[in-house]
Amino acid sequence: MTATRLVITASPHVHAKVDTPTIMWNVVGSLVPLVAIATYFFGPSALLVVGAAVAGAVAAERLLGKRGTLGDGSAAITGILLGLTLPAGMPMWMAFIGGALGISLGKLLFGGLGYNVFNPALFGRAFLQAAFPVAITTWPAVGVDARWWALRGDNFALPFMSARPDAITAATPLGLMKFEAKGTALFNLFVGNTGGSLGETSALLILLCGGYLAWRQFLNWRTPVSIFATVAVFAAILHGLNPKYPTPLFMLFSGGLMLGAVFMATDMVTSPVTNAGKWVFGLGIGVLVVSIRVWGGLPEGVMYAILLMNAVVPFINKATQPRVFGTRVAREVSP
Amino acid sequence: MSGFSLRPPSFHHGVHPPEHKELTASRQIRRMRYPAEVVIPLRQHAGKPAKLVVRAGDRVLRGDVIGEADGFVSAPVHASASGRIVEIGLWPHPDGSMDTAVRIAVEPFSPQVPRPRLVPRWESLTPEEIVRAVQQGGVVGLGGAAFPTHVKLAPPRDVTVETIILNGAECEPYLTTDHRIMVEYPERVHLGARIMMRVLGARRVVIGVERNKPDAIAALERTRPTDIDVTVLPLTVKYPQGAEKMLIKTITGREVPSGKLPVSLGVVVQNVGSAASIAEIFDTGLPLLERIVTVTGPGIRQPANLIVPVGTKLRDLIAECGGLTADAGEIVFGGPMMGAAIASLDTPIVKGTTGVVVLAKEQTRTEASYPCIHCGRCLDACPVFLNPSMLGDYARMQRYEDMEPLHLGDCMLCGSCSYVCPSNIPLAQMFAASKTALRRIKAASAAGAA
Repeated sequence: MTATRLVITASPHVHAKVDTPTIMWNVVGSLVPLVAIATYFFGPSALLVVGAAVAGAVAAERLLGKRGTLGDGSAAITGILLGLTLPAGMPMWMAFIGGALGISLGKLLFGGLGYNVFNPALFGRAFLQAAFPVAITTWPAVGVDARWWALRGDNFALPFMSARPDAITAATPLGLMKFEAKGTALFNLFVGNTGGSLGETSALLILLCGGYLAWRQFLNWRTPVSIFATVAVFAAILHGLNPKYPTPLFMLFSGGLMLGAVFMATDMVTSPVTNAGKWVFGLGIGVLVVSIRVWGGLPEGVMYAILLMNAVVPFINKATQPRVFGTRVAREVSP
Repeated sequence: MSGFSLRPPSFHHGVHPPEHKELTASRQIRRMRYPAEVVIPLRQHAGKPAKLVVRAGDRVLRGDVIGEADGFVSAPVHASASGRIVEIGLWPHPDGSMDTAVRIAVEPFSPQVPRPRLVPRWESLTPEEIVRAVQQGGVVGLGGAAFPTHVKLAPPRDVTVETIILNGAECEPYLTTDHRIMVEYPERVHLGARIMMRVLGARRVVIGVERNKPDAIAALERTRPTDIDVTVLPLTVKYPQGAEKMLIKTITGREVPSGKLPVSLGVVVQNVGSAASIAEIFDTGLPLLERIVTVTGPGIRQPANLIVPVGTKLRDLIAECGGLTADAGEIVFGGPMMGAAIASLDTPIVKGTTGVVVLAKEQTRTEASYPCIHCGRCLDACPVFLNPSMLGDYARMQRYEDMEPLHLGDCMLCGSCSYVCPSNIPLAQMFAASKTALRRIKAASAAGAA
């Protein structure tokens, strides 16, 4: 018999094909159409902002992370998602810093992929919101400028210099609703032809891309469905009690809810691991989003809703442990 | 079972590894040549190892006892070929350790013929005598766990056994041992069922067979006795359908309570191969001396289902099947989900060896693993509804005591979690190690308390 080098491993000796980089790169792939449509609506500025955020995230992962972790694709996701939450006119250096801080403080400080408590993209955005409140709420209008290639803001502003405010801006549908009590046509919300962040425009495309990921089982459909159902029901109750509150459909399709529910609340690392927990998690996000939008000082609340719920994920996991085979539902008996 | 059901009965969760049974599913069982030497370990079953009763230099005939049962939860081992004992000493064991084994140089010109009956006829025996005969015959569970069969035939006096379930699921990929037994020896399976019914006083027998074995289902139906209540039940193809608890859940709809035995539900489960061997020992009058082994996988030149004398060395079995291919990477005793990788070609086939699977190099697991991303796939795979993700976190931190309230004890080590884990975390291996560590901690604290 010829000499054969035998492999010795523990069982099981075979393995399903899907691995973590496959999941991550599929998420990256499904975000590409969103970047594309943002570029269609906002011109080259969209690519510049997303590119800067990705560069910041990837640079931080490469410089501060363990060797070889770039290949798992998770830093790229953080960068793209962060970029999609920013307005087109955002100076690139700010987006870069957001990406770098999201990865370094939001993820690597906790121990890298799998150990972070908060969604790194939203962590980066929360920092930007606190540091640059004006730049991050200067929303360029969609389709107002006839020249597609025109920049929608001072993307090339030098670091720590104030940007030239020369773009044509427009309030977001939620801002209009909150501060001017004006509505926006639902069809425009659905297709994405409204002002707002790069990725909070086309609900239709987000649902399509998320649907692909759910079909491949790369995201758990329970989280977005739970969020949508909660927001719809909560908003319907409020709208029913007092028609001055927006309709459920407006609540669903405006702002960052679609992007947040489909791509950020579903981040596996920062959401509950149990299926029951996903429903609870979605319920919490839905209630917080509507509450912040209706009663809070901000027009939009998706980011804080998700970050707040990220913080309670360990408790949700503990409270929603699966019932083990051959045990009845554990009943607490107080003495 | 008659009637049409939209949803074939099954358990919740589980995984669907590629089956690869086509390599050997239609290959007729054939007898292999006697090897020049057999090596018979004294420990071939769960419970106490057999007690040695021979010495080096002795001449033994096929069927002679070389190790006798040491207590009730034990089984004897027999010489599987006539020859002279050349050595008794440590030898590679299928579990990876070195253990005491008896090496017999097989007489090249022995007819190896059956001698006068060593096992009595069963028809006139009392249940107690049948149990004793099954033990003397060295019959153990042939599905892999190798629990002494007679112990399951002697449940505590205060329980009644209503149902005997014969496990013909064979949910491990590649293996076709039970499949071929059901196709070629269905009468023996039914006879084994009949004998067990007599011993246990059970009312009915259900034979569960996964739907991917239609010829086995047909053969069992064709030979089904009409004077006793025997049902052949086709099952959903899903791993681990053949796990005892999953099979009981599928067939009776009831969950075996955590920490309890199936007999608490009035159910006894035996592998179809074990049933056939009970029939065989009473039929031939010889104890368990050989077993049927599927030798398969992309790494073997001529896959086959073979009748193999217990103690045949892996080396001889591979030679019988045309040798290894150039890309052979890992040799597994048992199925690829729960079997053990073998390091030495001198390792002998034992009673519990259901198959030998030679995997190709590119099939073997890579060592690279990623951190847990809490995707939850393992929770959706675990057939006993554990939280392998959380258990894995605790195992990594060596917080073994925290794993007990999360029901580590209910983990069957089926490997479904490791199979689906996209980060390639060896969860089942970590849980096996955690179980051992937890036992050690408990033993230490019990000793401290005493």
